Amino acid sequence: MSEVDLIEGFRDPEHMKALASLITKECKSKINIMEVCGGHTHTIMKFGLSQILPEFIEFVHGPGCPVCIMPKERIDHAIALASMPNTILATLGDMIRVPGSKTSLQKLRAEGKDVRSLYSPLDVIKIAQENPDKNVVFFAIGFETTTPMSAVLVQQAIEKKLTNLFFHINHVTVPEAVDAIMSGGDAKIDAFLGPSHVSVITGYKIYEPIAKTYHTPVVVSGFEPTDVMESVLRVVRQVNEGKSIVENEYARAVSREGNLKAQALVNTYFEKRSHFRWRGIGDIPNSALKLKAEYAAYDAEIVFDEVLPKTELNDHKMCICGDILKGRAKPFDCKVFGKACTPSNPMGSCMVSSEGACSAYFKYGKLNLKGARA
Amino acid sequence: MSKKILLSHGGGGEETQNLIKDLFFKHFDNEILLRMEDAASLVMHDHKIAFTTDSFVVSPLFFKGGNIGKLAIAGTVNDLSMMGAKPRYMTCSFMIEEGFLYSHLEEIVISMRDEMAKSGVKIVAGDTKVVPRGGVDGLFINTAGIGEIMCENISAHNLENDDVIIVSNEVGNHGACILATREEIELESDLQTDCTSLWKPVEALINAGVKIHALRDATRGGLSAVLNEWAVTSHVCIEVDEAKIPVAKEVRGVCELLGFEPYEFANEGTMVIALPKKEAHRAVEVLKQFNETAKVAIIGYVSNIYVDKVVLHTPWGSERFLEPPKGELLPRIC
Repeated sequence: MSEVDLIEGFRDPEHMKALASLITKECKSKINIMEVCGGHTHTIMKFGLSQILPEFIEFVHGPGCPVCIMPKERIDHAIALASMPNTILATLGDMIRVPGSKTSLQKLRAEGKDVRSLYSPLDVIKIAQENPDKNVVFFAIGFETTTPMSAVLVQQAIEKKLTNLFFHINHVTVPEAVDAIMSGGDAKIDAFLGPSHVSVITGYKIYEPIAKTYHTPVVVSGFEPTDVMESVLRVVRQVNEGKSIVENEYARAVSREGNLKAQALVNTYFEKRSHFRWRGIGDIPNSALKLKAEYAAYDAEIVFDEVLPKTELNDHKMCICGDILKGRAKPFDCKVFGKACTPSNPMGSCMVSSEGACSAYFKYGKLNLKGARA
Repeated sequence: MSKKILLSHGGGGEETQNLIKDLFFKHFDNEILLRMEDAASLVMHDHKIAFTTDSFVVSPLFFKGGNIGKLAIAGTVNDLSMMGAKPRYMTCSFMIEEGFLYSHLEEIVISMRDEMAKSGVKIVAGDTKVVPRGGVDGLFINTAGIGEIMCENISAHNLENDDVIIVSNEVGNHGACILATREEIELESDLQTDCTSLWKPVEALINAGVKIHALRDATRGGLSAVLNEWAVTSHVCIEVDEAKIPVAKEVRGVCELLGFEPYEFANEGTMVIALPKKEAHRAVEVLKQFNETAKVAIIGYVSNIYVDKVVLHTPWGSERFLEPPKGELLPRIC
């Protein structure tokens, strides 16, 4: 099977139409489904799935965008680290675009600081080896998907005896964030789509307590349009049958136990933080990882502690990213959405990252097309 | 030891003369250039001319299906062709980093010569600068071109309701090819750039009497940038059918892997055409005869449903706006 069979097979128009008509036929009442992961938000918006689903199905966009949930003070950490003399700061994707309190990594790079946005985290090993006289800091971000890669980097740094490579760890975890949203009691969420790539690593067992505690169906879903449609159908069927269990639609990649090797590697180098401040949500206990004490020599937060700012910073009060992340508001509900806040000039983080709900709405669904045609 | 470009090659003395004569004159050979005046003296009669310039700073310099030199010719030839102008004369400036391999420069120059043969354009004036190490990334090239306008009134302002939108080839090949070739990605693929001169197919359309409203090569910003620019400039809505846009399987793969859209990737030998509905069939027949435009496809039409916007229809009946590309292309994280 070529890589394209893995795409086109899951975008088959007849299959999509058939799923849409089944959902429309079977769905009897309003269901608020939170897609936890930013990847699903994008699939829903990019492929216009809401337009072919009945109005009963409402998607609530969850906190699963690693760039979006990063509090400003930690972006300022990255900026402080990149501003140190003789330093290369490496990170992933659009992290470099996010503004901290004063500037962004992208602007810092334009001013001549060495900031690199990597395609593959493994490149950081090469960068450290090629620049022995410089400090190389890897600003590690992401949910359970990217954590094993960071663990591999720590492992390789130790094996290769690299003394100039440091890690600023911002890895966060899905179940604690979902708990934080649901335990407040004010979230109106009837079911969840479980993340694709996170679940490949963790296995779907991590969602079992969620389904049980909050009586919400959880369907782990692939990222392709037919995956999401089939997962929605499974949610509808669980709701109709009064069930709330974890189902695995993404069975071609996800098992109950997940990738045990990756999990072991993560557990070797990382441990839970007592708490982590999520942008827009606030402190969530045990929701992030840090390097274990024995690897302190690699921990940028310890080694460079004195340059790191400590003040907690909140967003502009017009920004409602917090409510969007909690599923209490939609991007359209925001007064500054698409006006003062755009991808070129973001006020809040949901607009900055391409995985953020506001950015997806801006890019794919800014205006109501159905209205225009009516 | 391999011959390298030295600072003295740009010094204006004997070495410069040797570089010009042994390399540039040898391959760009034509009467006007060989006269070696400060400027080329050209005879244009009363023809309407099109005039353009472009700089080429691509990294890597060599990629599957082309190199910076081929790009520097095709880029300028295509800018002229998109105005309905027959490319006639070009200038070419090389900015070369000290230590650049002579053999690489020669390879680039030869591919420029070969690319010029496709449209008959000539380099009639040039300039060479050699800068110290680090001053440029290997080699930068600037070309300017003059063309004779053979078909007037091709413009981004001309789109009309009910016009048909055609792309001449698969979209995104060049952008995806460059991305896959970059050191940090190291994807193994057979992906080739679409880089080529488009004058021949454009000339054939003109000769066949096809009435063209707008013509644009979809370079930086890709198909999405062209369509959005047209929609705004002509104050119309462009509706395209996602399933009809030709995209190579490998390009699709690269996009899915890294979270990009093929419609935002650069092309270097693919044009977008807007023309009246009744001309569409003939245009497709003409373009099918050329290798570089054999994969031509009708992808959409002009309407007034949402002026200034591009609407993309999915194969299952939903639709969304195709927004113009913004900012740096950054890969997704998870």
